Amino acid sequence: MSAALHGPEDGVAAVRVAMPQQLRTLARISGEVVVEVAAPVTLRTTLDALEAAHPTLTGTIRDRHTGQRRAMVRLYADGEDLSNVPPDTPLPEPVVAGREPLRLVGAIAGG
Amino acid sequence: MSGVRVLVGTRKGAFLLSADGHREDWDVQGPLFGGWEIYHVNGSPADPDRLYASQSDGWFGQVLQRSDDGGATWETVGNEFTYVGDAGSHQHYDGSAVPWKFNRVWHLAPAADDPDTVYAGVEDAALFRSTDGGQSWQELAGLRDHGSVPGWMPGAGGLCLHTILARPDDPARMLVAISAAGVFASDDGGDSWEPANKGLHSGFMPEPEAEVGHCVHKLAMHPSQPDVVFMQKHWDVMRSDDGGRSWREISGNLPTDFGFAIGVHAHEPETVYVVPITSDEQHYPPDGALRVYRSRTGGDEWEPLTDGLPQEHCYVNVLRDAMAIDEMDPCGVYVGTTGGQVYVSPDGGDHWSPIVRDLPAVLSVEVQTLP
Repeated sequence: MSAALHGPEDGVAAVRVAMPQQLRTLARISGEVVVEVAAPVTLRTTLDALEAAHPTLTGTIRDRHTGQRRAMVRLYADGEDLSNVPPDTPLPEPVVAGREPLRLVGAIAGG
Repeated sequence: MSGVRVLVGTRKGAFLLSADGHREDWDVQGPLFGGWEIYHVNGSPADPDRLYASQSDGWFGQVLQRSDDGGATWETVGNEFTYVGDAGSHQHYDGSAVPWKFNRVWHLAPAADDPDTVYAGVEDAALFRSTDGGQSWQELAGLRDHGSVPGWMPGAGGLCLHTILARPDDPARMLVAISAAGVFASDDGGDSWEPANKGLHSGFMPEPEAEVGHCVHKLAMHPSQPDVVFMQKHWDVMRSDDGGRSWREISGNLPTDFGFAIGVHAHEPETVYVVPITSDEQHYPPDGALRVYRSRTGGDEWEPLTDGLPQEHCYVNVLRDAMAIDEMDPCGVYVGTTGGQVYVSPDGGDHWSPIVRDLPAVLSVEVQTLP
């Protein structure tokens, strides 16, 4: 993955997002996607930027009406489970710096 | 008429099955949207190249897809289904009140005269309409104005609006059916609605003939005879001769009158098909034999159709949207099973054969008769 387009010192971070295959197919992308996120770089602003860049993902990660994470989508970054942290919490520095991706993971569930 | 295209929704994707008018040699395309639950795929009567598909799953929610080229390519369209105003609550299985919440689109009904107008029946039960090819959706909220709404309770599959019928002679007159609220009728294009359940009897209700609360599984209507509506209810096969204002039972000699799917012959408006299922506790055919039953008398007298269908060790179900009938002559009848088979009878039910045997569980089957 390429280095960050901008450093966080510019006020815009290039955040790498890794998604499950189902969402990559919907967004018609392969591999990770990089989204530009204006500070502050949080879960909310990153997912806002992701949905703005790929509108077909709107509603598939967060409920359209409540903004809540869909129950069976997990959010990980830099070895941490961010699924249940408040959405305005800043993302870990390695994610903001582009060294680690924000990982969207479908929860394990049979069927 | 050159052929048919069968639109199959399954638990793990959509499949398109195509054949010429003989309906013997089939081309199978799919899975489309692999891994997702496809509750329904339906084509526009006004433009057979226009298809809509409801794609959902427990992880990522609802997505809607549209094709403008008969299913060769697809475009994601709008998935914002917002109830009008305060959505209110309905009853949960345990009797508690739960807020109305959008879960998924069960059924898509493109309008007869405009490929960009399409109705969506959703869970929790409501009717939505798009007039821009599925990009945006508006609720026809008059349906949920009825005073009984807080008491509506889901069937086992959820509180779903699964049937949308518009009269060909007057499309402003519509019927919808909801599990487990029953049938509702509109005479003004969907602005206002009244229950249409007179004559239904449901033993699971404290008042078995109440105005609402019936678990109607599916309705079917022949376009030449829109006053006649057939119903497969949770139990009982029913018929209305007055556009749904009243109903009478036509179960007759069926081995069981429980079931999900019902359909009408394309050219004989008094010929009806059902697939009897043992009971509400045993969702498989009686005696391990898959039999479609046909009545040529508008009900009451039924004959089993078995030639080519499994007659032993068969314990699949045929869900409410998993029967379709084409308009060829003779008309073809299609049945999809939870075991992943899609059966066709190209001669109105006399002889059957599997088109495919090993799909994921089939949720819905529609068929387009192509020019």
